[in-house]
Amino acid sequence: MNLISVLLIAIGLFFFLGGSIGIIRLPDFYSRLHAAGMLDTMGLFLSMAGLALYVLTDFTFANVLVAIKIMLIVVFVFITSPTATHAIVDAGVRGFREPWTKDKKGGSSI
Amino acid sequence: MKVQQRKSSFVISFLILLLFWVVFSGRFDLFHISLGMVSCAIVSWFVSDLSIPNPRPMGILRLWYNFFLYIPWLIWQILLANFHVMSLVLSPNMMERIDPHILRFRSRIRDELGLVTFANSITLTPGTITVHISAYGDLSVHAIDKDSAAALPGEMEERVARIFGE
Repeated sequence: MNLISVLLIAIGLFFFLGGSIGIIRLPDFYSRLHAAGMLDTMGLFLSMAGLALYVLTDFTFANVLVAIKIMLIVVFVFITSPTATHAIVDAGVRGFREPWTKDKKGGSSI
Repeated sequence: MKVQQRKSSFVISFLILLLFWVVFSGRFDLFHISLGMVSCAIVSWFVSDLSIPNPRPMGILRLWYNFFLYIPWLIWQILLANFHVMSLVLSPNMMERIDPHILRFRSRIRDELGLVTFANSITLTPGTITVHISAYGDLSVHAIDKDSAAALPGEMEERVARIFGE
């Protein structure tokens, strides 16, 4: 049980690492948000699932409530994070920031 | 009719708030439960004229049931998309493999909540972000490469439409 939760947290951290590398490597404002989406979907989901599983190894009622609360963090982030991402993209569109494309390289790298 | 709707909206939000109160507090003595009931009643009375749901062809329980069936599929799609974006980001020739572009299409979903669910699902899936959505269902989606864009609107739209009975 402990091994599974450690494994889940490790894979979650791997996704966090990949997302951070993506934010640095990708060329422009819009595409960087794709990598940021990786952080708060799988990174958060897997690491929180690992934590919830770790709490549940000592199976008492209070710990079940704690595990539910941990999974509720994921639920709330899954609802709010697309909304925040959309607000950021919308700010970019309103600021007339041209998206980077293949044939128009370096359109607007920040 | 209006009063009836307001009453049912009050009852539903009261029950949901009370459930969250119990889960978050974790205390079951009379003092804490009664405190929770009073505050939940006040809050749901305040919001009961704001949260009147749109009329839907099906009941709210059926809607929630369909929604819970959708979530595992969405998480599986998010997992697949995560591995795809991960392989893009970590590959040495990333600049050749990515092809950011914006695609536009019109969704056949008419329900407002359904459109919000669809747009948020697109944004949650790494590799695609909803840039703009109109009230008539016109979407602009920023996709990071051809493979991410190929899945849209496709199966995700079908499933969201099915949740809302369209």
